[in-house]
Amino acid sequence: MSHPSVVTLQRDSRPRVLFSGDRLVEVDLPAGTRVIYPKPPIEPLKDPAAAIRYALSHPLGTEPLYAKLRPGMKVTLAVDDISLPLPPMKRPDARAQVLEVVLELLADHGVDDIEIIIATGIHRRMKAAEVRHMVGDRVFERYWPDRLYNHDAEDRDNLTVLGTTELGEVVEINRRAAESELVIYVNLNFVPMNGGHKSLMCGLASYRSLSHHHNPETIRACDSYMDPKKSELATRLWRMGRLCNQKLNVFTIETTINNRMFERPLEFLTKNEDELDGRERALLAGLVATTKRLPQAARQAIFEKFPAPYGVTGVWAGETEAVHEKTLERCFEQYCVPVEGQSDVVVFPIPYISPYNVHAFLNPLLVSVLAQGYLFNMNRGVPLLKKGGTIVLLHPCSDKFDHEQHAPYIDFVHRLLPETRDAVELHKRYERKFASDPAFIQMFRTGHAYHPAHPFYMWYWGENGRQHAGRVIVVGADNEYIPRLMGWETAPSMDEALYRARNGEARTLSVSCLRVPPIVMTDVSLK
Amino acid sequence: MTSPVTASYFDVDGTLISTNLVHPTLFYLVNQGTPVQTAMRFGRALLRAPAMGLAELADRRTFNELLYASYEGMSEDRLVLLADEVFDTVIKPAIFPHARSLVRQNLERGHRVVFISGALDFIIDKLVEHLGAHEAISNRLEMKNGHCTGKLEKPVVAGPEKARLIREHARDHGFDLEECYAFSDSYSDLPMLSVVGHPAAVNPDPRLALLAKAYSWPSFDLRASA
Repeated sequence: MSHPSVVTLQRDSRPRVLFSGDRLVEVDLPAGTRVIYPKPPIEPLKDPAAAIRYALSHPLGTEPLYAKLRPGMKVTLAVDDISLPLPPMKRPDARAQVLEVVLELLADHGVDDIEIIIATGIHRRMKAAEVRHMVGDRVFERYWPDRLYNHDAEDRDNLTVLGTTELGEVVEINRRAAESELVIYVNLNFVPMNGGHKSLMCGLASYRSLSHHHNPETIRACDSYMDPKKSELATRLWRMGRLCNQKLNVFTIETTINNRMFERPLEFLTKNEDELDGRERALLAGLVATTKRLPQAARQAIFEKFPAPYGVTGVWAGETEAVHEKTLERCFEQYCVPVEGQSDVVVFPIPYISPYNVHAFLNPLLVSVLAQGYLFNMNRGVPLLKKGGTIVLLHPCSDKFDHEQHAPYIDFVHRLLPETRDAVELHKRYERKFASDPAFIQMFRTGHAYHPAHPFYMWYWGENGRQHAGRVIVVGADNEYIPRLMGWETAPSMDEALYRARNGEARTLSVSCLRVPPIVMTDVSLK
Repeated sequence: MTSPVTASYFDVDGTLISTNLVHPTLFYLVNQGTPVQTAMRFGRALLRAPAMGLAELADRRTFNELLYASYEGMSEDRLVLLADEVFDTVIKPAIFPHARSLVRQNLERGHRVVFISGALDFIIDKLVEHLGAHEAISNRLEMKNGHCTGKLEKPVVAGPEKARLIREHARDHGFDLEECYAFSDSYSDLPMLSVVGHPAAVNPDPRLALLAKAYSWPSFDLRASA
């Protein structure tokens, strides 16, 4: 018997309502299609502050935080950036709750040499209002901007090499953290790929250090980067992170959240369309009609207006790996749905948001990351899609970019992709030079642009999906050019896409649809 | 030391510093040997102001020529003697907060860093030294018997001429223009920006900002401190 989150469509099933960018569209999927819904939200902690205090004084694999503190010591706190969760969490953000408790404890122990670094890695710098939302008013007022600031992965004067792994990977991180007597990492674990050694090894690293694991070879070797056990990315990060933790005194705090992405009036968006009551059906029809008629800017504004009411489901603290094991358990408990067998075709509705376009438009390169990267990898080593199968994605794929945040993406898509789509060739021929473009570096360091290496990483991020899938067909594209640049086909309708996926053969295809958002992962058992 | 692989050309006024050609000129005018000389020079400059205003709207080269006529009769010694003071009091405080880091980015990547400016050589050379750049292409006053004639030596560095000078510089140094960078704040520098493979708009005026957006050129602000 299948899991309650797996719904097999019947002839009389209603159309599914799926995201296609910032629109909701009704899609008729054939009878027999398995639609995999997100699991219901896990009940959140009733008193997160108490849970945080308990975690700090009952840590895993190390002594309690208070025992590590002494007056006058130099402490650096590092915090995950705005790339998660998505959409940003309704206040108070889990990180703000942790910071409040930790900073109080530090003050009680006479620790006042404290700096808080937002672990942006090579993501864009967070803006003041975003930081305030994330850390809360009190912490923001007290520490911003002198003692609460964004990491700068290109500030040579403030980076330092901690050492080199046995495989020659250089671990280079933020100097302030490296020179601190205690580094406390405050994480919000949105997907299983987050957290663990990745936090420090990506968040506070330099471009040089990141390039050891953010490359096509690593991603191709991942069965799934959403499961550290099946991820070469995690293997490399863990090797570098262990070296880091040998050199530094690191105390890790991780939090998990449930997948309550929509406020109660919109919660029906996660429900099986056949189980909606009359009021919910009317509301859904209204939403579909509204998003169809409104201009793009208005649609984006509406979706950005509502932060997600995620609830904190767990807090663990202590030694990085021991903590992360617990975090992963809770993440998998929330996200993983058991599914029997792979499918010939998997339908991915692509929403309006990804970790890399908070408060910006989801550009076509990010569409490819969501489809062939994130959604393809939402499994524990066995993809939902059969090798050589077809991904059908729903998105307009508009040729549109945020000129500030994604300035280097535009050159990547329009200057480099027409040359080659081969990730290895892009890596070898273009990455170094492009990543050192002084104008883009300046935009990264003092503006709010992503680092010029970031579009390359985004392309590599889709590499295992690209290698696995036989073809990708886009339904709902508003142009032919962008899909062609990405190596994709276009189809005017789902029926046409599925017809093409059959390649003219008479056989019936097995079709699955990953009904995101919120997040859902599949545990695929092979027959 | 390896030779630079490419060059980065920087406009100066409005791009790296907030002053323009008028500010150092005013400093020289009000710092003449005697109050009478100061008053006379200042008065003559004021009489030329409307013409300069019109020239600025029509043609940057004519504007430069009218402006530098104010230097007529000044001794070379005095110009050089006051250059340090002009730099310290007018130019240095006007350097944008992130200008040094941008120049450094280019130097660290092994680029030859060249300032190209309508300002005068003895002032721009000091900025070159201060920011660690390699050289400047700038205007030079014509001298006769140790005194300024009020004319500029040819070629006058302004507008489209900057593009030609960049082409010439790149050719002389063996740089591929497609690989070169150029940075400017002004739409009037469009020729110089268009001649290289990597143009960028820095603190752009509204027309340049629009153009940069249309062509997806990098665009950023060196004035922002947050």
